[in-house]
Amino acid sequence: MSAIPLTPEPGLPGAVPPAAAPGARAERGEARRARRWYTQPALMSGIAIMTIVLILAIGAPLFTSYNPNAQNLNATLLGPSAHHLLGTDQLGRDTWTRLLYGMRLDLRIAFLAVLFPFTLGTILGCVAGYFGGWIDAVIMRVVDVVVAFPFYVLVIALVFVLGPGERSIYIAITLVGWVSYARIIRGEILVAKRQDYVLAAQSGGLSNVRIMRRHLLPNVITQAIIYSMSDIIQDILAVVTLGYFGLGVPPPTADLGSMINDGQNFLSTHWQLTTIPGLAVVLVGLGLSLIGDGLADILRPGQA
Amino acid sequence: MTSAVGTVPGGAAREGTVLEVRDLHVRIASRQGTVRAVDGVSFDVSVGEALGLVGESGSGKSMTLRAVLGVLPPEAKVTSGEILLDGVNLVARTQSELNRIRGTKMSMIFQEPMSALNPVMRVGWQIAEGPQVHLGFSRAKSAERALELMRRVGIPDPERRFRAYPHEFSGGMRQRVMIAIALSCDPEVILCDEPTTALDVTIQDQILRLLARLCRESGVSLVFVTHDLPVVAQICQRVSVMYGGQLVESGAVGDVLLDPRHPYTLGLVRSAPDFDYVRESLVPIPGAPPSLITPPPGCRFHPRCEFAEDDCRVSETPLRLLPGGRATACLHYERCLDAVAADRAQS
Repeated sequence: MSAIPLTPEPGLPGAVPPAAAPGARAERGEARRARRWYTQPALMSGIAIMTIVLILAIGAPLFTSYNPNAQNLNATLLGPSAHHLLGTDQLGRDTWTRLLYGMRLDLRIAFLAVLFPFTLGTILGCVAGYFGGWIDAVIMRVVDVVVAFPFYVLVIALVFVLGPGERSIYIAITLVGWVSYARIIRGEILVAKRQDYVLAAQSGGLSNVRIMRRHLLPNVITQAIIYSMSDIIQDILAVVTLGYFGLGVPPPTADLGSMINDGQNFLSTHWQLTTIPGLAVVLVGLGLSLIGDGLADILRPGQA
Repeated sequence: MTSAVGTVPGGAAREGTVLEVRDLHVRIASRQGTVRAVDGVSFDVSVGEALGLVGESGSGKSMTLRAVLGVLPPEAKVTSGEILLDGVNLVARTQSELNRIRGTKMSMIFQEPMSALNPVMRVGWQIAEGPQVHLGFSRAKSAERALELMRRVGIPDPERRFRAYPHEFSGGMRQRVMIAIALSCDPEVILCDEPTTALDVTIQDQILRLLARLCRESGVSLVFVTHDLPVVAQICQRVSVMYGGQLVESGAVGDVLLDPRHPYTLGLVRSAPDFDYVRESLVPIPGAPPSLITPPPGCRFHPRCEFAEDDCRVSETPLRLLPGGRATACLHYERCLDAVAADRAQS
């Protein structure tokens, strides 16, 4: 605070020394942030888990020499061995390979599926909160209607109506998932729009769209990002559930849900066929929720 | 009571008038009833002039500013009156028309520079935003403009401070950023809503000097809302005193503050410490500001006025012109003369 020179005429050499102080302060702040970032055990273990999972999923072809859909009816239902790390299923397909490819598919769908409701919900929540009035009333009534149904029930029903497949999953998750983002962002906007900086932006003659995009959203988006971490978990579960019900990507494409379903018939003799994809889902969920918790701690507004 | 409601010293056709407010009424809808926040306020500002708008909290001075800028809260409305900027009426303009005027011809400086700056946007870009939007500057050109403005308002090391966030600035520096933003599109009028109230006195002085210098250099006019009389005395040439949503006195700063012609102004001067003549003790104004939902009949100040007579309680008391380009709403302003003389004699 002592950085104010008494005669702050521009261009005077006297203005130089005080400027060093805030610089030093900024460096200290940087160091503190870095320390905090590394000392978040939840975040770090979450990142570790997800890094491993993502490397395995993205680089799936590098970690196996089998084709996930190649059947070998001479080698069905084998136990783990040097050739087949996790054995084979009833059609002789390598379980480890199908696990990697299934994870790859499910993660891709889930990560993409979170983007659409995130975008839609953020825009609608922002508009509702900023303008208020009848726009707000209409949007929030629609939100109420969607919220009245359980997430999975509505997603499964929608995919059932739209027909199985990746595109239906995106549509269904978007139509059902946007409401949470809309609610979060609307609530944040209601608070933020009362701030003086919004009034300042309005009195600067900026358009409403620009005020929302440049001034309000950057201040409120954090909450939506934190929520999206837990939303991804929900979406992965939805994708796996849909696969389990046969509403996901059609066979023979590997998918964790259909793997769990296929393995069910052999549960008493070959439990690993069902359990291992299930554990993979748990692991991904754990990793993402740890990241979500850690991010929530770091990104909480006011500590930037 | 000879002149019509709303006339002000100088009248309509003053030379070089930039901003003219005529008989402005603002109503706020509330649960308890309609608040007559601004009730027939008129003033004008000429090129390069600083007009002070003083009054206690709730006297309608901030509402007046926000009405002029067209950023009233949703429950408030301009019900009648004219706001003329360069002769163009701003009342009943569409949002986009207003946006163009607001960005380029008028801007505002707020009381709390911390909350009036976007916490997650680099200050340089906040300054550069106006030129980018309103003057069509490219990113690079607007950034250059921002640096130039930062130098002009006395922010040291602007190249480095450009990329800083508001929380890395001190209060005085933040207010300088606000001023830079207000200047960014070369406005004709800057509305200042108590810009120095949140600052300590040394910084306050620097900011006032800066504003006065900018006023002189670029011919920009100021409307300066405050309740701080010494601040008005330092920076303004003319002052209008508001009470209960109405103007009660206006004129040149020296005249009004040293020789008030309205008991309310007199009360303000008497209750302000360290102002011109030395007093044994400060004299507070008794009572509380009037309710603006059901204002007292007649002169709004009469319940608190030591000079009040029966006629003060009956009819509205519009501003009346006095010699020397000043005006008062008081029916018995001669009594203020005596009171001032008595005060002088004492000290």
